[in-house]
Amino acid sequence: MSIRGKAAIVGFYETPTRKEFPDRTTYGLMAEVARGAIIDSGLRKEDIDGLIGPESLNSIELAEALGMQPRFTSSMTVHGASGAASIATAAEAISAGIVNYVLCIFGESRPRSSSRLTSQAQAGPQLPPPSRTTEWEVPYGPVIAMNGWYGLMKQRHMFEYGTTQEQFAKAVVDQRFNAANNPNAVWYDQPVTIDDVLNSRFTNDPLHLLESVMPCSGAHAVIVTSAERAKALPNPPVYVLGVGGPATHHDIIYTDDDMTTTPVVDSAPVALQMAEVNIRDIQLAQFYDCYTILEMSCLEDAGIVPKGEIGPFYESTDTTYNGEFPINTDGGQIGAGQSGGTGGGFRHIVEATRQIMGRGDERQVEEADLCLVNG
Amino acid sequence: MTTTEYTKPLPRPAEPELTEPFWEGTKRGELLIPRCSFCDEFFWYPREACPRCLQPGWEWTAVSGHARLHTYTVVYQPAHPVFNDDVPYAFAVIQLDEGVRMMSNIVQCPVEDLEINMPLEVVFDSVTDDWTLVKFKPA
Repeated sequence: MSIRGKAAIVGFYETPTRKEFPDRTTYGLMAEVARGAIIDSGLRKEDIDGLIGPESLNSIELAEALGMQPRFTSSMTVHGASGAASIATAAEAISAGIVNYVLCIFGESRPRSSSRLTSQAQAGPQLPPPSRTTEWEVPYGPVIAMNGWYGLMKQRHMFEYGTTQEQFAKAVVDQRFNAANNPNAVWYDQPVTIDDVLNSRFTNDPLHLLESVMPCSGAHAVIVTSAERAKALPNPPVYVLGVGGPATHHDIIYTDDDMTTTPVVDSAPVALQMAEVNIRDIQLAQFYDCYTILEMSCLEDAGIVPKGEIGPFYESTDTTYNGEFPINTDGGQIGAGQSGGTGGGFRHIVEATRQIMGRGDERQVEEADLCLVNG
Repeated sequence: MTTTEYTKPLPRPAEPELTEPFWEGTKRGELLIPRCSFCDEFFWYPREACPRCLQPGWEWTAVSGHARLHTYTVVYQPAHPVFNDDVPYAFAVIQLDEGVRMMSNIVQCPVEDLEINMPLEVVFDSVTDDWTLVKFKPA
């Protein structure tokens, strides 16, 4: 039994994504977007009987803070893929008849950078618990955040396929163009050029700072319900046609046989087959983009272009919302910011919903009925 | 011999008993890698059960120390500030001739001379009396 078309997203809401919201708490942001998504869907809070949130918050505590009594809760624990995975989980629970209206909600108000530094200084150096990482990687001097792993992957992609720095930079330029026209984006009204990207510093060669996300504050929510119930609601339903999602490892990409091939090579065919959609029919894409190299490798692995050809694709294709194949039309995380609480990976779901509902305003893509989202 | 204190992070094993033979081996100048007694394959990182067979029978097996540079990144902004004096340095994925890949540093090689697939050989770096790290240099 397939879940094709059995569930639909019927409303959404998000806060702007900003470096910080000094006077806001995580629960405050979550309450704002929960309320916004419920109102946008034409529902009442009492209607919501399912709640799916980030791993950073226990889902029952989240229900308690939001004053909800759902009969189904879950916290997604697949990091950046959590947002997309929440839609699959919601669609599965709805198709199984377990719940009627699921609130999928992700976000965080990060501590102010000044107070972060103060508390770090007071606490002294904090050692993480011993792990595979602290034994086999930390002694060799890893890079900040996840930049090291993606620098290693990028170097290998450039070696195997001849992908150039300019081609990676073009992906950033297109997304920053989209973000420049998205008032919710942290980089609103701040487009960049290829030279800006190439002249930004290396956190680690070959990875430039402007190819990396900035951790931000913000929250995002959608409501999922059955296709049947969706018909009675005010917004045009955004049907979930297919889902697929293997997860193979946490971060240890270096043990892969092929370091530049992602699990999308397995998940995309599953989703497309369930949807009964050919990759050629996809009109726009919202793809997880913590770093250019990950997004670009995933686009290849989904079959948007053959493996190794994403560089020339970006070079010759306008991927802005005006272009022939729009990608990350809200700016993605690289342009709009990476909300904490895995909200960054959920913005792709929200933007896909916005585009398919035809509510993209000046960023509206003309033909936006079939969107492929990767988390 | 200098007595300068080593301030960088030392290995902190999650399962010290499991990996003690590896670290004892490095002090003797031996590179020991887990090799499954059932499927005969080497694997990395060490864990109680072979990730292919999910069976616990495996042996620490001495390997040649010959390797190739699978990929690398030249670090300018380390996660840990104690590495700041070393930048730029290579944080690298090494592929041993026996097939497994591990993280390490490339030493005795300017970062400009690094090339993917360059042949490497193991270097044992005794950073303290208790810890000898496994690094690689051009072969």
